[in-house]
Amino acid sequence: MFSLILIGVMSMIALALLLNLLSLLRGPELVDRLLALDTMYINSIALLLVYGIYVSTQLYFEAALLIAMLGFVSTVAVCKFMLRGDIIE
Amino acid sequence: MTGLEWLISGLLVVGALFVLLGSVALLKLPDFYTRLHGPTKATTVGLGSLVFASLLYFNLHQQSLSLNQLLIALFLFISAPVTAHMLIKVALHYRLKAFINTQGQDKVSQD
Repeated sequence: MFSLILIGVMSMIALALLLNLLSLLRGPELVDRLLALDTMYINSIALLLVYGIYVSTQLYFEAALLIAMLGFVSTVAVCKFMLRGDIIE
Repeated sequence: MTGLEWLISGLLVVGALFVLLGSVALLKLPDFYTRLHGPTKATTVGLGSLVFASLLYFNLHQQSLSLNQLLIALFLFISAPVTAHMLIKVALHYRLKAFINTQGQDKVSQD
């Protein structure tokens, strides 16, 4: 029963990822695509957390932490580039 | 299923619902300024609920102390507002078109 609920939760998050992909492909401006990509990072962290509960191992948390850090840094880098035309001045 | 498993399942379902709601808001809302609300608020609340469920599962159900999830939650709660601030600065810099019913357009300087 518990693993069934976990599978249902994982499929809901996967559906959210698919909707993000749709809005990433659609987004009229570049900022919309950047927002959709950032949401995809956060949703993949959520998917990794639930998968870690499903196989009951702690191995995936380091991967989730790495995705969180790299996603934040890359989003801020692209934002700086779009604001100033340069990342490190 | 024990009571603890029911509690963890409830937290997981609420978290997944909020994450899904954030993505639906990202897809359905009319302009960028309203679209930013979904991922920055609903998705963060959903991820907080998922992290809390994961914390309960590994610390109480598995009987082993682990605080890794708390690190993820802390980092995301710090980084999500910063990301939203940068994105809205980019949107104001490029002067994106707002939907006619979006509130607060008069507060943005129209120079």
